[in-house]
Amino acid sequence: MSGRRLPVAARIDRGRPIRFRFDGREHQGFEGDTLASALIASGVGIFGRSFKYHRPRGVLAAGSAEPNALVTVGTGGRQEPNVRATMLEIFDGLEARSQNAWPSRRLDVGALNGLLSPLLGAGFYYKTFMWPPKAWERVYEPLIRRAAGLGRAGIEPDPDRYEKTWAHCDLLVIGAGPAGLSAAVTAARAGARVILADEGAEPGGWLLDDGGDASSALREDLLAELRAAPEVRILPRATVFGWYDDNVFGALERVGKHLPPDPDRPVERLWRIVARSAVLASGAEERPLVFAGNDLPGVAMASGIRRRLVGQAVAPGRRVAVVTNGEAGYSLAAALESREVEVAAILDCSPPSAHDPERYAPARGDWRGGQAEDWRGVARIVRGRPLRAVGMRAVEALEIERRDGSRRRLAVDAVAMSGGWSPNGQLACQRGARPEWSEARQAFLPPIDQPGLHVAGAAAGLVGRAACLADGARQAVAALGEIGLAAAPAFDPAPEDAPPPRALGAQGSGRGKSFVDFQNDVTVDDLARARQEGYGHPELAKRYTTSAMATDQGRMGAVNAAVILAEAQGLAPGAVPLTTQRPFFSPVSFGALAGAARAEAFRPARRSPLHAWSQARGAVFLETGAWLRPAWFPRAGEPDWATAVAREARMVRLAAGLCDVSFLGKIELTGADVPAFLNRVYLNGMAKLPVGRARYGVMLREDGFVMDDGTVARLAEDRWVLTTTTAKAEEVMAHLEFCAQVLWPELDVRLASVSDAWAQMALAGPKAREILGAVVDLDLSDAAMPFMGAAQAPLRGAPGVTARVFRISFSGELAYEIAVPADLGPAVADAIMAAGQGAGICCYGAETLAVLRIEKGHVTHAEIDGRVTAHDLGIGRMVSAKKADFIGRAMLGRPALTAAGRLQLCGLQAVDPAQAFRAGAQVLNAGAAPSLEGAQGHVSSTCWSPHLGRTLGLALVRDARARHGEEVQVWDGLRGETCAARIVPPVHFDPENRRLHG
Amino acid sequence: MASLIDCPHCGPRPREEFSVRGDAAATRPDPEAGPEAWHAYLHLRTNPRGLHREHWRHSGGCRRWLVVERDVVTHAVHAVRDAQEGAQ
Ligand SMILES: [Zn+2]
Repeated sequence: MSGRRLPVAARIDRGRPIRFRFDGREHQGFEGDTLASALIASGVGIFGRSFKYHRPRGVLAAGSAEPNALVTVGTGGRQEPNVRATMLEIFDGLEARSQNAWPSRRLDVGALNGLLSPLLGAGFYYKTFMWPPKAWERVYEPLIRRAAGLGRAGIEPDPDRYEKTWAHCDLLVIGAGPAGLSAAVTAARAGARVILADEGAEPGGWLLDDGGDASSALREDLLAELRAAPEVRILPRATVFGWYDDNVFGALERVGKHLPPDPDRPVERLWRIVARSAVLASGAEERPLVFAGNDLPGVAMASGIRRRLVGQAVAPGRRVAVVTNGEAGYSLAAALESREVEVAAILDCSPPSAHDPERYAPARGDWRGGQAEDWRGVARIVRGRPLRAVGMRAVEALEIERRDGSRRRLAVDAVAMSGGWSPNGQLACQRGARPEWSEARQAFLPPIDQPGLHVAGAAAGLVGRAACLADGARQAVAALGEIGLAAAPAFDPAPEDAPPPRALGAQGSGRGKSFVDFQNDVTVDDLARARQEGYGHPELAKRYTTSAMATDQGRMGAVNAAVILAEAQGLAPGAVPLTTQRPFFSPVSFGALAGAARAEAFRPARRSPLHAWSQARGAVFLETGAWLRPAWFPRAGEPDWATAVAREARMVRLAAGLCDVSFLGKIELTGADVPAFLNRVYLNGMAKLPVGRARYGVMLREDGFVMDDGTVARLAEDRWVLTTTTAKAEEVMAHLEFCAQVLWPELDVRLASVSDAWAQMALAGPKAREILGAVVDLDLSDAAMPFMGAAQAPLRGAPGVTARVFRISFSGELAYEIAVPADLGPAVADAIMAAGQGAGICCYGAETLAVLRIEKGHVTHAEIDGRVTAHDLGIGRMVSAKKADFIGRAMLGRPALTAAGRLQLCGLQAVDPAQAFRAGAQVLNAGAAPSLEGAQGHVSSTCWSPHLGRTLGLALVRDARARHGEEVQVWDGLRGETCAARIVPPVHFDPENRRLHG
Repeated sequence: MASLIDCPHCGPRPREEFSVRGDAAATRPDPEAGPEAWHAYLHLRTNPRGLHREHWRHSGGCRRWLVVERDVVTHAVHAVRDAQEGAQ
């Protein structure tokens, strides 16, 4: 390779050299270079190795469709594979590495895969490595995975920031080439809110690549006008990748990937753009020509070579062959020669009937400063076809065949190819529309006028600057008209330039591989084989050969594949359709899709108003759902959590304990029909609940199974507050709102979630009454505040503040729950602890709460697992027989829900105090073999009970209520543990509830 | 599926703010309607190709239950109204 920098004008800043590294070697480029242009300028030809055959590959194209020059950028958490060198703007300190090459880019032992290629052809993974079956997992798959594939993602956390944002506009213009700029200016003049998104670092598209003064001036004028327009936002480096329902577009903006890391700036921003209408002006991708060796480094698209020549003054080589079937090759040849790069020959491979020297008049006009006579009759124009590009690591010659059948070998070090244009209409086909072949335009065209998306310019198949300017304006007028905005086209109608060239199938039949899909190493032979084996349909051929399944999604190769498949069946081009288009048009990083929703922000943690208070007292926290709950409060000298929990549990039953229960769902209800409403959502009677009382309640689902449980308290004539479990707080709220709004809108009920408004604490233990009495100004005597009493009372020392006090107990002790406005929680908790210090109060966490409730046989969602009924839980008596209707009533009567053999709630106690069992273990009959077959049920909760001195559990066991006293085995198949246990009633401790009443 | 839902209270909002409960066509039977009617209400759903009426909740917004009429073929949303206003 002899790519080099030319001493001609370009858009790089030669005063600003930039140093970067590629494969460990230092290189220098200039501001305005891409990695591709900078490396080609310093003579680098091989950028990496191909996917299957490990063939050396250079740069093929110029934009985001680049299939070959994929590199890995960055290290550690910033390591990003498969970055297209053509899109990556260089910056100081950039570290890039080639991919898929071992031990090096230039010497690659994997090229042996090339010799194995008969085995790696189309469908290879379906048939070559099938026998013996075991070898697939152990030998073939690891081998293939190592040999085939592209870059590897970093495994460390990505330290960079990503953002997501929404935007709204009247008109989204996708692409800022001639058609896009013209559309945007047309809309801006009409006063529309415009977003102009362009994939490139600089807006301009063809106006940049053209390189002519007229194009540059036009581009600057249009951009200046847009920048001055108040309602226009220009998004450079933004690829619109998806068109979704309701005209929402997804776009990825590369904000900081071309700059050194900066913590104050995201690297990428994902836009969701709600556009009332849109113009797709995404241009066209140049089609490769299919001949042997068309993947050799040095063989590249004419448009890619042109972009680097005009933009970065990079010559592709010293002696260039241009192979073309249309105007683009001639125009490139002119651009090369005007910069003193030798063009060995123009090989014109357009079919004879289409060949007409006059049609390239515009290109001839550019040739050597407009001297048409230099051009006419130059022997270097050869009509024929390319047979084979020859070379080891880079192209050294091109073998061609003249139309008269004679063959020649041209010694060149670069080949530019141009096989016509494929409009970039993919976005317009992401919502079900199919591209259709246009014989006139020799291309698949997207539907031009869909509601909300109008295709303009080269994306619609048009050729030439003037035609595209006119079309962009015209489509903008149409798009704005659709939303009721009147606009005048910024450009007048204009004719097209040269007619589009013929689409060609495979060219040379020389020895060697002719690539159709470069990134996935799919050749003409693969397509032929797919067809022979019955996979000729394009959707089948795609999956069988993996053609069009690479990151460019077939932008480079799909049309060639369709034409070749059609030819193979003796059909005309276009007879075989393109495969279905789906988002994403271009790869989008997971980082951008996740945006800020990662690590702690993935799901924000919920913290109780007492979180800091618990933290200050040494709490160890436990994640339960989104909540962080204090699990236990270790004291100095306690060797493990179990010691702390056992101590807390003893202190509660001995004296008193304070536990944060703010996590419970809390819903307030008001309205004249609340009693009727509550009666319909709980299985038990709630209508007659008097003021000052609370009641335990169970809610069913409509299918008769238990949904949740909690308490309802009536605080005043017109105010109720109910609690839900922590786990189901949101679900119950949504359910109750559904009942109120949809099922029974005639009921006068209003609901408000007050879960976050109150700090709620359980104060439990024999000393609870005297401690609470010091904190609230309330008569706590049994007469005034009996079990299940509820009251509102002022706080002592803060008479303006009303606390809610409930005499309810989850622990089985004399206990209260006190709720205070959230911000007062820590102060009240402090006051309670101070008041209880002499009595021996402690704080306790969720683990001790669990010990106390298991000892008392209270259920949680470990037991209420969606499969249990009230009957299963032993609370069938609670079901009101009097109520005509409540949620779940109709289905509750199904015989199977009370049939014999159902799992019923029971207690389990380890027979040997030295043995333990765990939740999730299976309950087996005594003497049964350890197997799930005869399992009698399962353990739902367990704990070590300091009061019974053994392991206890709650379990759901077949017909358990008839089996109290029976000895069973608890079998933990995961850990291989077995423990003898006895079935007992669920209430292990104080079954007479003496302690509850103090 | 739609990208935006036009909440009658909050205006067009991203569909991620909403949660879907399901079919709104079925109405809760009379408590004494019998097992067949209740079985149908709870378990049987038609899945027409075309228009569906569903209960959606604007869970990340006004928290109202809505009835969304949408076409599962074209993805067009034909109507969004407050479920209470529509309930009998
Ligand atoms: Zn809303």
